[in-house]
Amino acid sequence: MTFLSETRSPVFHKILNREYFVYYALILVIAFFAVVLSETAFLSTPNFMNIIRQTTPITVMAVGMTFALAVGHIDLSVGSVVALSALVCGLLVDVVPWPVAVFAGLSSGLLVGLINGVLTEWLKVSSLLITLGSMGVISGVARVLTNLESIPITNDSFTYIFGSGSFGPVSVMFIWTLLALILGWIFLSKTRFGSHLLAVGGNPTASRALGINVVKVKITAMVIAGGAAAMAGMLYAGRLHGARYSLGEADLLTVIAAVAIGGTSLFGGRASVAGAVVGSWLMGVINNGLILWGFSTNEQIIARGLILIVAVAIGVKEDRR
Amino acid sequence: MTAEYHVPDNALEVREVHKSFGGVQALKGVSFSILKGEVVGLLGDNGAGKSTLVRCISGVHPQDKGEILINGQEVDIKSPQDARDQGIETVFQDLAVIPNFDVSKNLFLNREILSSNPILKFFGWLNHKEMSRQSEIALKRLNSRIPSFREEIKNLSGGQRQAVSIARAVNWGADIVIMDEPTAALGVEQAAQVNNLIKLISSQGISVLLISHNIQHVMEVCHRAVVLRHGRAAANVRIEDITPDDLVGLITGAKRAA
Repeated sequence: MTFLSETRSPVFHKILNREYFVYYALILVIAFFAVVLSETAFLSTPNFMNIIRQTTPITVMAVGMTFALAVGHIDLSVGSVVALSALVCGLLVDVVPWPVAVFAGLSSGLLVGLINGVLTEWLKVSSLLITLGSMGVISGVARVLTNLESIPITNDSFTYIFGSGSFGPVSVMFIWTLLALILGWIFLSKTRFGSHLLAVGGNPTASRALGINVVKVKITAMVIAGGAAAMAGMLYAGRLHGARYSLGEADLLTVIAAVAIGGTSLFGGRASVAGAVVGSWLMGVINNGLILWGFSTNEQIIARGLILIVAVAIGVKEDRR
Repeated sequence: MTAEYHVPDNALEVREVHKSFGGVQALKGVSFSILKGEVVGLLGDNGAGKSTLVRCISGVHPQDKGEILINGQEVDIKSPQDARDQGIETVFQDLAVIPNFDVSKNLFLNREILSSNPILKFFGWLNHKEMSRQSEIALKRLNSRIPSFREEIKNLSGGQRQAVSIARAVNWGADIVIMDEPTAALGVEQAAQVNNLIKLISSQGISVLLISHNIQHVMEVCHRAVVLRHGRAAANVRIEDITPDDLVGLITGAKRAA
């Protein structure tokens, strides 16, 4: 294959660039389902708005996870933080003014992120193990918190802003998606802070030698991941008009697959917020397509797992360069 | 170059520096100095105290006893930041660059130029344009063969990566650059490029403390060699006054300084 490996023109090289992969994948998957599901409403604006509405919590979590992965960490506790923050907010929303309840819910996620980050640095172990532990602890706490009961949320302002509202045909969820995309992209690509995150993930020793506070940067990344997961909890609670211990339970695999397929390295130093957002849409489209095709949740889980493996296989090739 | 007529302009002077780790005395009173624009080779066998001495000067492990003087003034170096503030930059052997960053981002890492807009500046908004402009100037100053400041570091050779590290040190206005085995990881041609770069920055008035095991490189680029043995400066010789064999003898202890 000398043609491909050696005489590849710059343009051809650019087209094959890893960071565009997720866009091609999204187009291919949409084209595939458009043909297979031509009898259904798959290829329609309401359906796509529906996909975005359902996917937004995943998108927000994926953007947060991108920051954790950028420094070389991973946060397995995001799914459990979704349940915790939604429950905390749900328990408080009728007791205190709703913005205070939101603040408490978000704070619970930021706090979990802080604890994850501090423990990882303090014990000098992989964040994989720390967050595996905190995932267990928090999902337990979420179960105990309401004794497995669901909490209905009837506050209209809250449910409108965090998921149920819309401006004409545009769901408020779409605005949250855009916000996550723009804020995440600006912080990662346009600011000194983002540059330091990627530097720490790319070469921690060099970053330390150049005077970057590596510990602080790594902890901050975990706080962002936790905060984003808590935000996703708000969006679930707002969309579903209630909170439940099982919220976010099945999301971890989806989030990691979305981020990985979007071109973010699972080992730090390379990250794409836009890729994570598009990756989450890809996961959403696949879910939606499989449902319309008549597949069950079980097959969707298989699909997600396969996508993660494919994404990792492509990513690892890139990382070993 | 006779001392009677000229008071040497010491860029860096180290006086009786001691350093112990637990019960082990790594440095037992080391003294030497580097002139402005001089390249001094720091040699010695493994465990002679080279790395410890470098860590004292670069602020990683401050000394227990003794003084460090910059331009004749005693300075207190307690952290790498202190060293940097005094104009001392360190170039590490393990290629301290970020592989996924381009040359410009590497040159300005942790010294980013921020937007002049006060609001954007508050959020740490980077001025990529200005950093690119200055990177181009920095690379030109070093006659570097690096194709572009936009090139990602992972696409560069080892020698080019080391050149980026050196350019970063020089770009930050370092008066003294400490290089810890800058050519250890490089091939012959790449090492020659780095050596040429050392000569170039020396000619621009920057002092270099070069830690090296490579006698040939030391003979080629250094003006003087300081040999450490058992935590002491066993010799301090001008390169033109010594043969490579004698230099090896001083390192191994087979020969004693005259």
